[in-house]
Amino acid sequence: MKGKTIPVLVVLGIILVIWYLCTVWMNAAWVYDQAGREGRTVGFGEIVQATMALERPMLPAPHQVAAALWDGIAGQAVTSKRSLVYHGWVTMEATLAGFALGIVLGVSLAVGIVYFRVMEATVMPWAVISQTIPIVALAPMIVVLSNTLSLGEALGVENRLVSKTIISAYLSFFPVLVGMVKGLRSPDAMQVDQLATWNASGWQSFKYLRLPSSMPYFFASLKVAIAAALVGAIVGELPTGAVEGLGARMLVASQFGQPLLMWASLFAAALVAGMLILGVGAIQRAADRAMGVRP
Amino acid sequence: MSGLWLAIVFWIAAWGANVWIARRARGRLAGLVPPVLFGLAVLVLWEGAVRAFAVPEVILPAPSVVVAAIGANLGTLWGDFVQTIVKGAFSGYAMGCGAALVVAVLVDRSPVLTRGLLPVGNFVAALPIVGVAPIMVTWFGFGWQSKAAVVFAMVFFPVLVNAVAGLTAADRMHRDLMRTYAAGYWTTLFKLRLPSAMPFIFNGLKIATTLAVIGAIVAEFFGSPTRGMGFRISTAVGSLALPMVWAQIFVAALAGTLFYGFVAMIERRVTFWHPSQRVRG
Repeated sequence: MKGKTIPVLVVLGIILVIWYLCTVWMNAAWVYDQAGREGRTVGFGEIVQATMALERPMLPAPHQVAAALWDGIAGQAVTSKRSLVYHGWVTMEATLAGFALGIVLGVSLAVGIVYFRVMEATVMPWAVISQTIPIVALAPMIVVLSNTLSLGEALGVENRLVSKTIISAYLSFFPVLVGMVKGLRSPDAMQVDQLATWNASGWQSFKYLRLPSSMPYFFASLKVAIAAALVGAIVGELPTGAVEGLGARMLVASQFGQPLLMWASLFAAALVAGMLILGVGAIQRAADRAMGVRP
Repeated sequence: MSGLWLAIVFWIAAWGANVWIARRARGRLAGLVPPVLFGLAVLVLWEGAVRAFAVPEVILPAPSVVVAAIGANLGTLWGDFVQTIVKGAFSGYAMGCGAALVVAVLVDRSPVLTRGLLPVGNFVAALPIVGVAPIMVTWFGFGWQSKAAVVFAMVFFPVLVNAVAGLTAADRMHRDLMRTYAAGYWTTLFKLRLPSAMPFIFNGLKIATTLAVIGAIVAEFFGSPTRGMGFRISTAVGSLALPMVWAQIFVAALAGTLFYGFVAMIERRVTFWHPSQRVRG
């Protein structure tokens, strides 16, 4: 990790420079247009200044996005509808619910596949195919379905949360399934034989051998799954009529022509993604310690 | 009710057949029959349940109704397919993957950039990039260009990260061998390093196929001309024309699967030497 700080900063710096150049380049046309209408001529310095401070820029400058993001996070009360923390929480709720459902589904399917040959032959190919189906095509319909069936009311939560959760779970179960199948099969024949010579029952060999040795695979796949779950939650918010959540915020901002808000929501989603991935990492370290893993 | 019982009997029979095949049979057919039987059984059960419980069409149309909808709307479906998949997804996929490969080769010349790009790229690849869809629609308009741009943004980083990682995969020994042959940078790149990067690159390319289809459809939710799969799905859901929605989902699933299968087929041709491609005997 140590040797990476400087290269990462260099790469981020390059991205930032390219972004600023693009800001000037993409917004310049509008500035020229404006100046032409007022009959002024503008010099290069003026253009650079003007392109950085437009209210509705084609591409906002990084510091504008940062300011909008800061205003959305710290400048509003957390319960306000204008607060990105509020919308971020709505999205995160659905993400975590879908993630949990995806883990349960993925792990139970993986256990079935590892222990029953027939499930491997029948379910595995369809699990692979299920991921080439663009779930977003299903998203509007899942929304309508959970509204007409009022699934949410039956469970005591909002209907919107149910549809987002289903979409998140659909996207996140697959990495968990693949990782767990690999992980549960990772003990070698020698270890399996060893447990057999100790007269271990099927449950014991699962609990003491297969499950612990699947943990590294499990957590690696969780990091992929949580990112997928977040994408699912955001996509699930798009066709719900744009009420709350980061995806809804982006849709509203795009319809009402507020690029700064759009970019701020996008980066808020990136922050949520970063937090979730770090969270999974922390849980992994805690689990490793609890199970006695030595680095 | 008898339809449902028939469906359940079919399900049990198919399951029994699959158990038998999984125990006994070997070879290509044994890999193909069980999933097909399983899929058929699901369809039969679906049809039977919808008929037996008289599920309204606005909730879940029976497979036979969906097939009828596909047959009746072939022209529309084809037009939407061309608009979304061929114009939007394929062009964005080609441009995004091409650009990612070029950038990967450029970045690879600098060790600092390579080391810095991997963590940054891995993080960006995990971000919900679909969120750029509204931005691209404001930049490039409602046509297929904005969809291609969204696809470009979605496929770029996964392919880039895999390609950069792949370019470092060539064996030290092999590189030294190339040096003893007095091979220059380009010769080493084309004869040794790109070929040995191919398993990684194809990994990225396969992930990108799914992303491309998703990106092209989602971008249409933010604005599109009056055709395209995303447009048709959102309007059909609005008017509760569920058979049409399922017909589009079928086309999307077919397109996604074929696209993935096509790339996987090229992978088998290109990286035939890699252990993961060995046929299990």
